[in-house]
Amino acid sequence: MSDKILYSYTGLFDTPDEIIHAAGKTADEGYKKFDINTPYPVHGMDDAMKLKPSRLGYFALVFGLSGTFATVLLMTWMTAFDYPIVIGGKPFFAFPAFVPIIFEVTVLAASVATVLTMLFVFFKFPNNSHPLHDTDYMKAVTSEKYGISIQAEDELFNEEKVKNFLQALGAKNITPVYFDNEELNVKHAVFEPKFISLLAVVFILVSGATYITLNKLMFITPFNWMMEQSKTIVQESNVLFADGFGMRNPVAGTVPRDQIPYKYKGDPEGAGENLANPLIPSKEVFALGEVKYNTYCSPCHGFHAEGDSRLRGQFPNPPSMHSEKVRNWSDGRLFHVITEGQNIMPAYSSQLSREERWAVVLYIRALQRSLNAKESDLQ
Amino acid sequence: MSSNTNTVEYVKKDLPASVNKIGIALLIAGLLIIVFSYFVDNTRSAFNNLILLMFLTSIGLGSLFLVAIEYLGGAVWSTPFRRVSEFLAAVLIVVPIIAIPVYLNLHSIFHWTHTDVVAADPILSGKSAYLNETFFAVRVVVFFALWLLFYFLITKNSKKQDETKDQNLTTRNIKLSAVFMPIFALTITFASIDWIMSLNPHWFSTIFGVYYFTGSLLAALAAGTFIIVMLNEKGYLIKGLKKDHYYSLGALLFAFTNFWAYIAFSQFMLIWYANLPEETVFFMDRLHGSWVYVSIGLIFIRFIIPYAGLLSQPSKMNAKNLKFFSLWILFAHFYDLYWLIMPSYSKEGFVLGWMELGFPLLAVGIIILVFSIKSKKENLIPIGDPKLQRGLDFRL
Repeated sequence: MSDKILYSYTGLFDTPDEIIHAAGKTADEGYKKFDINTPYPVHGMDDAMKLKPSRLGYFALVFGLSGTFATVLLMTWMTAFDYPIVIGGKPFFAFPAFVPIIFEVTVLAASVATVLTMLFVFFKFPNNSHPLHDTDYMKAVTSEKYGISIQAEDELFNEEKVKNFLQALGAKNITPVYFDNEELNVKHAVFEPKFISLLAVVFILVSGATYITLNKLMFITPFNWMMEQSKTIVQESNVLFADGFGMRNPVAGTVPRDQIPYKYKGDPEGAGENLANPLIPSKEVFALGEVKYNTYCSPCHGFHAEGDSRLRGQFPNPPSMHSEKVRNWSDGRLFHVITEGQNIMPAYSSQLSREERWAVVLYIRALQRSLNAKESDLQ
Repeated sequence: MSSNTNTVEYVKKDLPASVNKIGIALLIAGLLIIVFSYFVDNTRSAFNNLILLMFLTSIGLGSLFLVAIEYLGGAVWSTPFRRVSEFLAAVLIVVPIIAIPVYLNLHSIFHWTHTDVVAADPILSGKSAYLNETFFAVRVVVFFALWLLFYFLITKNSKKQDETKDQNLTTRNIKLSAVFMPIFALTITFASIDWIMSLNPHWFSTIFGVYYFTGSLLAALAAGTFIIVMLNEKGYLIKGLKKDHYYSLGALLFAFTNFWAYIAFSQFMLIWYANLPEETVFFMDRLHGSWVYVSIGLIFIRFIIPYAGLLSQPSKMNAKNLKFFSLWILFAHFYDLYWLIMPSYSKEGFVLGWMELGFPLLAVGIIILVFSIKSKKENLIPIGDPKLQRGLDFRL
């Protein structure tokens, strides 16, 4: 037994009353490093062993409060700042709605962190070779006996004295517990490079195999709940409506937003007589007219409205806009041509808004004036 | 450790005469103010009287529940001071007297008692099968009869055991408690619906019975805890009560403080989320005018302060702390009832004056007097109870 180190002296008792009595006596004697092992928690043991109140509660408090504040910040940031969505008409910072989540996270953080603290800080995890393991003492106290173990580390420890003390208490099976120096387990096996690399290999294999199986071998569609909604979709049949169409016609007389119905369809003279340019000539209006004219009109009419198409004869050239006939047209008449088209010129009402068409009219007027300037323009 | 034979030595000591005097003084002072306030403002006094009725019902019925749950659960730790709860349950005998002025002013308190109003209101006429004066009166009588019946049956057996030491009496009380438990659940739910929820007959909340039950249990526990700690410090109770007993009382106070917050918040959040006008009206009244301060105060007084004060283990074992928070929770229950009942009287803002003073004085006076009268006649310890020794051996 020379290579073995004494860990503790153990003794067994038959009843919880005896073990409480023994714990009290041992604490009175001045021993500090001793432990009690029982098959179930014995009420009043903390007092009997004269243990200080556990500090674990403070850890729970700190972790719980961390969970509380983290959740408050998280919820506030997400719902009120980062991605505000109106839910059920509630304000973005809807505190009552946060409370259940705050509560859950508080409880979760407190409980998980407390258990981890207990394991790693108080139980010195991962210490997996305690000297009391695999002893007859441990077998007894995990089934029916109540054991006490006075450790050799204690300042008052003295083999003979402890043996006699346990005998005096009435303990049975008083035995010493030894351990090998190797069992001290200074280096934790979990941190060995071999084990770590094995973990890495397992991680890569499992995740790679999962990825290949799910995504390559048996393709599983990603979440498509947003695509499959129970709603009426255009282009599809729908039983809700008598005609079976999913797409509906607007109600008769519906006017699209920002569009005024054109009153002079097929009536160029009416348009010429009754329509007046609503725009007041200004730099901005002429600039808009120029841009729109150059984009939509100039390919055929030319940049200067002389009918010099840039299409090189691939399309019939339009007449010049500097003719007397066109110069004498009213603004409304010009507007009508742009709106409805004329001869082979198509209508531009879908490309140009009402305002833009009037701006183009003004720009054409300016172009016309450039070749037929009045006397007054020179002054 | 566990022996069913009783070897406990108990010498009965009478409470000092000053306790009785304080009780009588409070009773008389309270009664004088109440009688005067009834002359000044009848309606306001009737509403205050309703608060008093609910408060004393809480103490009496909650204590009876604590006695019954001890028998039913086979608890031993509370046996040495079960008599305190039994004495407090005797408040139930006084409660019907408190209810008389409320009943006389039924029309000024309960909107639904006016038949012309009910007839013009389709919702109230739909509820009139339940909310009508005849059925209401029948229910009140049935509630009081049931509560008093079980109070007398259970305490009679308990008292008899002091002399006979007959263990069968415990068995009989366990059976009685088992019968009482569902009756208690139903009666306290319907009593809270009848006496508080029907103040606003359009409003309804399915959790309301639990809400009142939680408050009642807290009030009964707080009153019991305060008396137990006081008596134990002065040596009127049996020797051998330890910090472990204090801890258990404190833990129950703490747990039910939490439970109250849970129930109250559940009620609030569901109503807030659904945002239905027929439900939100309850909270709209209480967030209107100066009531909003009372509502915010409720969160602190009823939950946050006692929660923080009873959170740590030493705080539950400290006699001074325990006494302080027992009184605090008793006050918080009164405050809670004020918050539940008074917005129906003054919608614009809370009212507080000398008229509100007489009723709490009377409540405290009644509790002290009932306790001192009962303690004169009976033992403060159930000395014949087979669980007594085990209760003294109780350890955490």
